[in-house]
Amino acid sequence: MEIPAVAIFFAAIFTSNILLVNFLGMCSFLSISREIKASVGLGLAVTFVLTTTSAIAYFLNEYILVPFGMEHLRYIVFIVVIAAFVQLVEIVIERISPILYINLGIFLPLITVNCAILGSLLFLVIRDYNFLQSIAFGAGSGLGWMLAIVALAGIRQRMKYSKVPPALEGPGIALIITGLMSLAFVGFSGMIPIQ
Amino acid sequence: MVQVLALHVGIVVAIGALLAVLLELADRFIANYGECRIVINESEDKSITVDGGGNLLGALVDRKIFIPSACGGRGSCGLCKVKVHEGGGPLLPTETPYLSKEELKNNVRLSCQVKVRNDLRIEIPPELFSIREFRGKVSRILDRTYDMKELTIDLLEPDSIEFKPGQYVQLTAPEYAKSDQPVYRAYSLASDSTHRNYVQLLIRRVPDGICTTWVFDYLKQGQEVSINGPYGDFFLRPTDREIIFIAGGSGLAPIRSMLFEMVHEGIDRKSTFYYGAQARADLSYVEEMHEFEDKLPRFRFMPALSNPQQTDEWEGPTGLITEVVDRGDHDFKEAEAYLCGSPGMIDACIKVLSVKGMPGDQIFYDKFA
Repeated sequence: MEIPAVAIFFAAIFTSNILLVNFLGMCSFLSISREIKASVGLGLAVTFVLTTTSAIAYFLNEYILVPFGMEHLRYIVFIVVIAAFVQLVEIVIERISPILYINLGIFLPLITVNCAILGSLLFLVIRDYNFLQSIAFGAGSGLGWMLAIVALAGIRQRMKYSKVPPALEGPGIALIITGLMSLAFVGFSGMIPIQ
Repeated sequence: MVQVLALHVGIVVAIGALLAVLLELADRFIANYGECRIVINESEDKSITVDGGGNLLGALVDRKIFIPSACGGRGSCGLCKVKVHEGGGPLLPTETPYLSKEELKNNVRLSCQVKVRNDLRIEIPPELFSIREFRGKVSRILDRTYDMKELTIDLLEPDSIEFKPGQYVQLTAPEYAKSDQPVYRAYSLASDSTHRNYVQLLIRRVPDGICTTWVFDYLKQGQEVSINGPYGDFFLRPTDREIIFIAGGSGLAPIRSMLFEMVHEGIDRKSTFYYGAQARADLSYVEEMHEFEDKLPRFRFMPALSNPQQTDEWEGPTGLITEVVDRGDHDFKEAEAYLCGSPGMIDACIKVLSVKGMPGDQIFYDKFA
């Protein structure tokens, strides 16, 4: 049965959130979640890279990798595509918002190795999505990742004013919060089967 | 098999090449900021046009405008401050730790962090325009007293310097046995500013001083040294007021340079030079100063000893330099004073001059810290 692209889009955001259900892309999730502004910026960057690379990955896989029997080169080809698009995003962000550029710092180029992106690309190939589904899945995953990081940033911003046991300050409490958020999201998983 | 392999490699290379072209295009069109005009100090002829995209510090240094910087543009020394009035973009988090509230209000930025993305309007201290790094050769080291040397440095590259008498340069002491890194120390220019191809510095030994120890014990005639400058706003003001020079030890240097200037420019102002020393052995340049008295009819040299030895047969004024100045016959309210020496001496002199009624804005000084 063909799952509608719209369903995949919303499922990728809410019920099969790439971060809170699949736990991909944790590294920058924990590091850039201290301020909402920076996390929105990084979220948008990830969404852009994920959406564009999903479309390209679909075409590369469908028309080049499979016909020429070079599925084993999928990883390297996908990573090269991701790296190129991250470079592009870097050039664009440096041009339009130097402050965001400085705030994201090393995590901007590190989107390249954000496993949420490579993970999503591999998912859409494994799950045999068509073109529309691929784009919907890519954009949904990106927005889902952004939703998760912005939510965590919001909580962490308010947490500045609350008493945290010293041993749990920083990443410790962030991981516990992520766990609680994840519990809420896992509760919805399976509502829309997308694979 | 080989064909398949070649095909696969070719495809991967083609994909890579395609992406490289895409990035090259982005670099050409998105990261291209075009030519940017930097207007400096509202002056058209000091303005420069540079290719955008780099940082401001680099753009200025490329055009031989030396902004002080110790870290070389990594944003870790906080020295390269300039005022950016227009076009500097938002303040970056990398700059804020180095800027005071006052500086933030005055548009001060770290030039190594400001990107040149559009036309800029900036303000830098005018004296920075003539600052250069000079390579020179020590042509003479002369003992002026038992603890003061006169260094003559012939300039090699650039081979001439333009400075206002009274300004100072920084001498670089390289790494040597007593110091594992190069250090800069400031010394006033003692030479005649019309002689542009060499400079003279007066260096008095500071016990355990890194730079002076190097000069006294290691520096040899013929050796190459590096200086940069000129710096400072200690120079003769163009007024008709009577001049009172006060100096001690190597503080004579900038005043000697000013006296050369007065001779060349025909400045005929009533002037007195109080030069303080402990004993005759600390006095130097006495003959040269008396020659200035011949060339400048209204100039008087007044060396004073605070602790004359029996063998000195000293008949001139004695006592601390402040006491000698205090006894002097001057219209203090109308005169200008130029002081150069140790901080203690300068503070004491300012006090005496103020008591005598000299307004603060007629007192100029260069403290040797």
